[in-house]
Amino acid sequence: MNTVSPELDRRFRDAAAATGLLDVAYDLVDSPVGTLLVAVSERGLCKISFDPDDRLEPLARAYGTRILRTAKPVDPVRRQLDEYFEGERHDFELPLDLTVSGFYAQVLDELARVPYGETTTYGALAARTGHPKAARAIGTVMHNNPVPIVLPCHRVIGSTGSLTGYGGGLEAKRFLLELERGATLFQVESPSR
Amino acid sequence: MMEVVTVPPFESFYEEHRDAVFGLLARRLGRGRAEDAFQETFIRALRAYPRLEHGRHLRAWVLTIAERIAIDEYRKPNNTSAHEHMEFGLEAPPEPEAAYAELADLTDRLPPTERAAVVLRYGYDLPYDQIGRALGSSEEAARQAASSGVRRLRREGAQ
Repeated sequence: MNTVSPELDRRFRDAAAATGLLDVAYDLVDSPVGTLLVAVSERGLCKISFDPDDRLEPLARAYGTRILRTAKPVDPVRRQLDEYFEGERHDFELPLDLTVSGFYAQVLDELARVPYGETTTYGALAARTGHPKAARAIGTVMHNNPVPIVLPCHRVIGSTGSLTGYGGGLEAKRFLLELERGATLFQVESPSR
Repeated sequence: MMEVVTVPPFESFYEEHRDAVFGLLARRLGRGRAEDAFQETFIRALRAYPRLEHGRHLRAWVLTIAERIAIDEYRKPNNTSAHEHMEFGLEAPPEPEAAYAELADLTDRLPPTERAAVVLRYGYDLPYDQIGRALGSSEEAARQAASSGVRRLRREGAQ
């Protein structure tokens, strides 16, 4: 049968990425919280999804139709995620290319300032954006966070200390918080630091 | 009223048509040379993709590009594809679309440009202006290529 071999397929995908014509390159990235779909543009990280089968159409509408799965452009994100999950990276150094504006963008800006290993609440985040009564709206923004893990919505919890919800499931949220807490403890206890 | 069909993400388009494109190129050029032509076909498609106004006839569109590239390969001075074509022409048609597969067999002996014009016109119902653009010529030239292809088929069929 004349079907495309995996080698040819990979060669085309690499070549397509090398042309610089892609609006978005994406790939699947294995992680302890499941397989992630990671998408990048030439300008930066666009999307992280906990659903590896997530639809590409919304990305096409926001960034353009030239979307292709190809590994190389995603490699810097993959590397930093790996380092994060190994407890070696506390801050991501990745340019972001998000199509958000207004209140939404403002909330994500504040979210980015919540430090590694710490938590805040929806209400506190609302107060910091100057809309102290907007805790529920904050929840909505968290739920639609385009780049979870990198923008740490897992660090936002309910005022009673309950985890409330998470796009990747509560198990994943708990895992991320424990990962960050564990790494912090290790740092404090380590005599070499 | 024609239904509006949006252009799908390139990934879906590529997944859906890559085997058909490779099948066509392998029939024309042999597997070895088909690989480079395959890459070129989809790079050209990628380049042109943002200019698509709707998502209709994408199979025909990309096969048109592939046909054009196969023709260019044929015209290269030191091409050996005629020989390889004999070898690979014996394989079962890989085309899933019956009309196209049938035409591909029928038109196997036509000169490349006539063949492309006939297949795209009658296999895919593409308008002549599109065929002309795809073949790097004009609407009129495409019409002529298709009709002389058909005349040639009639002559051969009558023999």
